[in-house]
Parts: sequence; C-alpha cells; structure tokens
Amino acid sequence: MQTLLDAFLNAFQLLTSGDPELLAIVGLTLRVTGIALLLALLLGLPVGALLGLMGRFPGGGCVIPLIYTGMGLPPVVVGLFVYLLLSNQGPLGELDWLFTPSAMVLAQMIIAWPLVVGLTLTAVQSHDPLLPLQLRSLGATRWQLARTMLLESKLGVFAAIVAAFGSIISEVGAVMLVGGNIRGETRVLTTAIVLETRKGQFALAIALGIILLLLSLLANLALYRLQQRGAPR
Amino acid sequence: MSNQPIFALNQVKKVYDGRTVLNLAELTVHRGEILALVGPSGAGKSTLLRLLNFLEPASRGTVRFDGEMVTADLDLAQRRRVTTVFQRPLLLQRSVRANLRYGPGLRGQKLPPAVEDEWLERLGLMPLADQAAPKLSAGEAQRVALARALVTQPDVLLLDEPTANLDPSNVRIIESIIEAENQRSGMTVVLVTHNIFQARRIAHRTALLWAGELIEVAETEQFFNRPVREETAAFVRGDTVY
Repeated sequence: MQTLLDAFLNAFQLLTSGDPELLAIVGLTLRVTGIALLLALLLGLPVGALLGLMGRFPGGGCVIPLIYTGMGLPPVVVGLFVYLLLSNQGPLGELDWLFTPSAMVLAQMIIAWPLVVGLTLTAVQSHDPLLPLQLRSLGATRWQLARTMLLESKLGVFAAIVAAFGSIISEVGAVMLVGGNIRGETRVLTTAIVLETRKGQFALAIALGIILLLLSLLANLALYRLQQRGAPR
Repeated sequence: MSNQPIFALNQVKKVYDGRTVLNLAELTVHRGEILALVGPSGAGKSTLLRLLNFLEPASRGTVRFDGEMVTADLDLAQRRRVTTVFQRPLLLQRSVRANLRYGPGLRGQKLPPAVEDEWLERLGLMPLADQAAPKLSAGEAQRVALARALVTQPDVLLLDEPTANLDPSNVRIIESIIEAENQRSGMTVVLVTHNIFQARRIAHRTALLWAGELIEVAETEQFFNRPVREETAAFVRGDTVY
C-alpha cells in the first residue's frame, strides 16, 4: 500500500517537476506511437475496405484467416523478425535502423496493421451486401465506393483505431528488441518501466505506469469524443 | 415515349456457377417508356436489372445502351446515366439532405440549394430534410431512396420491387412520383414487380419472365386483356402458383 502511495506521489512529482528525461521519454513514446498508428491506418484502412468489399474472392479463404491470425501476433516474434530484417546481415541492414526509433515504428506498425485491416474489413462486411451495389449504381467509382464504405463504417473504423493505438502504446517486447532501450535515444515509457522494475525502483516504475495509463486515457477520451460526433443520431 | 431503343439485348445469357439464370433471345427497352417486368421469384428479373445497370456483365450475347455496345470499358459518364432503386432503401447513415447530395457529389457537382429544396418538396420530404436516415419509416426511407436516384437525373431508372415492403398509401405516392417523373423528363423506367396490379396501373408495356426466359412482352393493356401466350394468360388470371 505504501509503495502504491509513494508511486502516486512520485508520479505527481515527476509530472510537475518537468524532468527533461521524463519529458523526452514521453515525447518519444507519443512520437513513435503516433507515427506507427498513422502508417498502420494509411496502409490498413484501404486494404481493409477493399478486402471487405471483395466478398468471396479466390484465395480469400486463406488471406482473411491470415489477417485474423495477424491480429494476435506475439509482439516479441514481430520484434525478432524486424531485428533480423534490420540487422547487419539482414535484407534491410543498409538502412541502419536497428536501435533507432525508426525500427520501433516499423515493428509497431507491423503489430498494428493486421488489427486495422481485420477490424475494418469486418466493419465493412457488416453492412447490407446490396449497399456497395447501390452505391455503384448511383455512380461511385471503386475509390469513391471504398471511401463511402469506410465513412459508413465509422464506428468499426474507430474501434480499429482504438485497438491499434492500444496495442502500440502498451507494446514492450518488440520495441525492447529493436530499439534497445537506449537512454535518451530509444527509451519509451514501457521499456523504462521494465528497466526501473529490474532495478527494484518499483515506485518509479509504477509512477511511469500511471503516466502511461493517463496518456492512454487522454487519447482514448479524444477518440471517443470523435467517435460520438460521427455516430448517427 | 418513342420506339427508339435505349437498351437492346440480343441472345443474352447470364450463368452463375454453371446455372443459367437468364436466357433472353431478344429484348428492347424503348426510350421514355415504363416497362414492367413480372414473373415468379427466380425468374431472372433482378439479374436483368443488374445487367442493365452495368453492375454485372452478360455471360454471352450483346447488350447495347443507346446504340453503344456495353463492355467492361463502358465510359463512366455512360454508366452514370442509369441508376437503380432497390427493394430496401439502402440509405447512407446520414441526413436526408446528405443522402440527396451523394449522387451529385460523386459527379463532382454541388446540388444547388434551390434544386435540392425542389426535389424535397416534390417527394414530400421537406419536413424530414434534416432527419437522420436511420430514423425514417419504411415509406419515408424509400421516398428518400427514390429522391436520391432522381436528383442524378438518370436517363434510365431501374426499380427492383421498390414498393414491396410498403403500405398502400406509400405505394401510391411512389407510383405517382414515378409516373410524374417519367412524363416530366421522359426518363425511361424499368420496374420489377410482383404486384401485377402495379404493372397494370403504371406500365406502358409489361413483360413476363419465367425461368430466365422472356415469355411475352406487350403493351400493358394487351398483356393483361389479350395475352398471346397461354403462360401469360395463366399468370394474369392467377392460375399460376409460384
């Protein structure tokens, strides 16, 4: 109980102290999460919409279960895969991204992408199967159709964004592997929590956890407000 | 109405998974007419509408639209001259106004407010203009679906059982709008209906489809009073159970 109380006090002090190291960690966490989420959405929403609109297509019986499997990818396995990809002997070794925020973004984007695709395609498929025909009949091109279906699936798309954001901001295994938790360079809130726990600095670790939860709560509150604004009344 | 064909189908076949669902030797849709397609479920009526709206290609045969052969490369502007209203309204989860603006928006056009209001008035939708589509009754929703199609000013309006789920007063409203627009703009209408009384009320010509084949097509008065084929006579008398 004392540890928990100390943690809250510590978190409050950390937040109000304007500690530059903490601010750098929070800043990097937000930057990596934001960029990875944006990329996962840019690459995932169109694919999810197109797969959702295609209905039954050759190979669909394999592709969609693969996407669903990807929704539960173990982050540490993704981290290992990205590590091998970016290591000196790996096919992308020349990029020199290993132990940089770029590697962390790549790993987190890979973790979030199937979530965005899977939840988007489910949202698009949940509409009346005649709706795409109706929209085409009204004159929609393929891209206009995909855009309209995404807009009509707002609630499902928001669920995809929330799920992707949650998976990225809470992720630790992959970013630890490919980022290396380097102080001042690749240390984010989750990896800092692991480090402080290992050092026995439980109060500090919990304080960092509280900050992480607060960030997550604020982001989800903002998303929820946006979602409610878009919901049909 | 003229005898100029807007659609001309020749030896058209549509096959799904090896099963022929439509097999038409010949069918012509005249410019400016209201053509009713009647027949039992599974006769191929809805499939025919999808071919006419370029939503699906024919497996065999030729479809000509306004003299032009319909192929996969048919120009978008040509495709946009034809639109369908389905049995279910299939509205977007937006306001009535936003639904009306959808078709013109796809064409990069903005519906002028005065024109928008005119359409809303014409279809008796003005009091519902800012209502969310999911809150409309079935009759209101179907009127919005019809308005959404009509604002695009199609040359051909395809109607797939548009009044099947409606009460008699809403059926009459929809029918009068279709007739009025047909007379006002000369828009061609192809109406799929199970309701032979509806065909009798508003169609210039009526066609009977049966098991994918065209049994008879004739002026509506002749179709109902002096049918040539025995199948048509039995269908009109109500002897055919389907």
